[in-house]
Amino acid sequence: MSINRFFRRGRWDDERARELEAHLAIETDDNIARGMSPSAARAAARRKLGNPTLVREEIYQMNTIGFLDSAWRDLRYGARLLRLNPAFALVAILSLALGVGANTAIFQLLDAVRLRTLPVNEPQQLMEIRIADTTGGRTGQFSGRRPSLTNPLWERIRDRQQAFSSAFAWSGAPFNLTTGGEARYAQGLWVSGDFFGTLGVPAVAGRVLTADDDRRGCAAPPAVIGHGFWQREYGGNPAAIGRRLMLNGHAYEIVGVTPPSFFGVEVGRAFEVAVPLCAEPLSRGERSGLDKSDVWFLAAFGRLKPGWTVERASAQLAAISGPMFQETLPPRYRAEDAKRYLTFKLGAFDAATGVSSLRRNYESPLWLLLATTGLVLLIACANLANLMLARATAREREVAVRLAIGASRWRIVRQLLSESLLIAAVGAVCGAILAQWLSRFLVGFLTSANSPIFVNLAFDWRTFAFTAALAVATCLVFGLMPALRVTGTAPGAAMKAGSRGSSDTRERFGLRRVLVVFQVALSLVLVVGALLFVRSLRNLMTVDAGFRQDGLLVVNLDLGKAGIPVERRTAVHDDITSRLSALPGVTSGAHAFIVPVSGSGWNEKVIVNGARQPDNVNFNGVSADYFKTMGTPMLNGRAFNAQDTLASEKVVIVTEGFARKYFPNQNPVGQMFQVEEGAGAPRPYLKIVGVVKDTKYTDLREPFTPLVFQPTSQNDEPDTFLQVVLRTAAPLATITSEVSAAVAAFSPSIVTQFQTMESQVRDSLLRERLMATLSGLFGGLAALLATIGLYGVMSYMVARRKNEIGIRMALGADRAHVVRMVLREAAILLAAGVATGLVIAVVAARTATTLLFGLQPGDPGTLAMAAGGLALVAMLASYLPALRASRLEPTEALRED
Amino acid sequence: MAKAKDKLAILRGTLDVLVLRSVSARPLHGFEISLWLDEQSEGALEIDDSALYQALHRLEAKKLLQGAWGISENNRRARYYRLTPAGRRQLTEQTNRWDEIVRAVNRILRPA
Repeated sequence: MSINRFFRRGRWDDERARELEAHLAIETDDNIARGMSPSAARAAARRKLGNPTLVREEIYQMNTIGFLDSAWRDLRYGARLLRLNPAFALVAILSLALGVGANTAIFQLLDAVRLRTLPVNEPQQLMEIRIADTTGGRTGQFSGRRPSLTNPLWERIRDRQQAFSSAFAWSGAPFNLTTGGEARYAQGLWVSGDFFGTLGVPAVAGRVLTADDDRRGCAAPPAVIGHGFWQREYGGNPAAIGRRLMLNGHAYEIVGVTPPSFFGVEVGRAFEVAVPLCAEPLSRGERSGLDKSDVWFLAAFGRLKPGWTVERASAQLAAISGPMFQETLPPRYRAEDAKRYLTFKLGAFDAATGVSSLRRNYESPLWLLLATTGLVLLIACANLANLMLARATAREREVAVRLAIGASRWRIVRQLLSESLLIAAVGAVCGAILAQWLSRFLVGFLTSANSPIFVNLAFDWRTFAFTAALAVATCLVFGLMPALRVTGTAPGAAMKAGSRGSSDTRERFGLRRVLVVFQVALSLVLVVGALLFVRSLRNLMTVDAGFRQDGLLVVNLDLGKAGIPVERRTAVHDDITSRLSALPGVTSGAHAFIVPVSGSGWNEKVIVNGARQPDNVNFNGVSADYFKTMGTPMLNGRAFNAQDTLASEKVVIVTEGFARKYFPNQNPVGQMFQVEEGAGAPRPYLKIVGVVKDTKYTDLREPFTPLVFQPTSQNDEPDTFLQVVLRTAAPLATITSEVSAAVAAFSPSIVTQFQTMESQVRDSLLRERLMATLSGLFGGLAALLATIGLYGVMSYMVARRKNEIGIRMALGADRAHVVRMVLREAAILLAAGVATGLVIAVVAARTATTLLFGLQPGDPGTLAMAAGGLALVAMLASYLPALRASRLEPTEALRED
Repeated sequence: MAKAKDKLAILRGTLDVLVLRSVSARPLHGFEISLWLDEQSEGALEIDDSALYQALHRLEAKKLLQGAWGISENNRRARYYRLTPAGRRQLTEQTNRWDEIVRAVNRILRPA
């Protein structure tokens, strides 16, 4: 069976035809020579040859690969049918493209976030080194995106571990590229010397960092930049190597560039610049964590030695943990914290797919979205199945004839399936194209200025396999059933004149009813889901946060380079704050250690009436006008004032929740309590002078927690960071430029960063916004598809029952009666679908409980709204066919066959 | 239908070698081959033309024959077939095999 011959079979066939013609001609000549008349000669020759077409067919069969040949014919026939029915083709391909596209887009994102391994050498050998069990919490200062370890712990791990051929630690932080004024940040990493070596990442230009670059006390450290950063900031110029790069006010020499595919070890982050860990003090100054055992900011990875397993590595790390934690025990720890610290053990964990906050926050929503789009695709397929069933029924005669003259059932099913496959394939290709656009939109939605998301959305083999599998599955789902149905009828019955085919039997119509009920049920589930998420988002956006969110500008100031000594800092903070508050357009201003909903927090344990309270209490340090600026009402007592200084009695303001919890049934003003400090540290009494309304702390989703506010004027360790909140009605551009000017006038080396409270809150609600938007979109799409399906079935039903309707009208039924009859049919289908859908919805909504706010999954209001809305739309859609039925002329209807 | 098919089935392998023999001396076209076989067998073998053309196609596909268009004696276009070296080898082989088969069958049917 030569492939060559297969592709040339048409030509071979032509040759044979000519050859047989030639044969006939020659034989005719021969016969004439023997004395026959020309017509007799030709007749004799033809009789002897037999049927030339048969010969040609036999030879053609020898040349062809039967299966491929018939498949190709089927596809061409299918294509022609689609061309003749452009409306059907368009609807089918469009609904499939939407379904497949949505699924593929979500899958692509999931693939990038969850499934793909890091683009480094042998990622499956990479393990994360961290404390195995941190229940009970850790104490200290936490910064960075993955604060698993302190530097003293890391240095000991680096020197004493045996399970890894090499290991590295890293910490991610934004690096400011400017030297004063408004900040511009690059995604930065402090990395230990073996970072690039362990990962096996080469340099595409220059060199990468090595262990030699990471020696404590490095004064002129090098920097390695990422490929994208190189393109953006230096235009890809090789002369960038050797240039100076200012990061956080210090100069670094660029020594190399990494390949474009490398993005670090955090999925969803871009890699822009890495500097050695020894350079951390250059940025952080006195806040450097390198020598502090209670500053957690590092994460560590290691590459397993060949032959070692993850269990063996974990065991080895656990064995060396004891002395390590003993040596690094922070002296300021309280007794209980110290006890817990000493029980920590290190362990090794799989890290082939890297680590990711993107994954942590979005993995379950993405799976949920994938399920949603899967349902949308199913609904679209049900629509298509109904459509295909209708078309197949129309071709019943053709199928019957084919069966009668000898086609096997399987052959016809194959032909019908290849039509479905064509639709599925074209739909899938369009869907894949749509998916590219949709997934880029998704990433754009998830990205914000503060935490930009970078995901490599390449169309790799896994996505392709997923799309192809979807195409085949949908083709089978909507194509196989009608094909089997139609070929199942006995040809004789189908061909009987006047027969309406077996689609009208109770049984066949029942199938389409089941499909519609199925569609309605599924789309109800999706509409319920969409409503739940939309209402959840609305709840979050309208929740009482305890302060006024609008018109609040947050200005972050870094005074690190301004060289202000500690004792002058509080005065400087107050000075800056009052200058900014005096700007035109600013109603009031204050500064705070922690701004609400910013992701930062500070908690302590308190001692009330001599009894140590077990729960953590959240703290904040604020200036006098804080509550006025934030719009938090004062319920009792007074605000901080100029009398509260370092020398005077220590005062605090608490929230009503704190007062209720620790001083119930008493007037909290005037009461005292202590903060549990470390061993040997003084524990002054704090007097409550005021009570404010409850306010949210780090997250809008949390319930109100007890809060304690200390005055910044009584802070004996003021920071070089200052966060000013300004209440202003002025437009953003105006106010930011005014603030920048005022700050620069004070000192040009101060770095500023702006954010409005509104956008901060919006960013924190990103996940809920994503779910609400997308599930709303898909829910709407599902409802639309289901309505179209219902409309289609109702129209079909009306068309097929014309006879019956005609008779009824002739016997005296009026228009209204007919409309009622049709609507009753529709209502039954709808009721069945809604009932099934409600049951499924209640069960399915349980999976989304963690993503909802202020709502129970089985919330009856939402269910009622969804069912009511869907029913209304569906009944409207059924009204049209009903109206058409009522408009039939009885004589015309009766004349119908 | 079945009976004719049986006959063809037995003859198919034999028809192939007969066709090879027919063009071993000089190239012939389809009709000429049919005539030649008819003459040489003195009318005993009735060659079905459709079977002949199938055989010709088969042999050409296996590269035992090579076909080319030409002009016949009566100025008609016809496709001439000639033996390739591989075909000649195959002819010798199959002829020898045929002899062996005949000898073996004869030994059974007509024991000496």
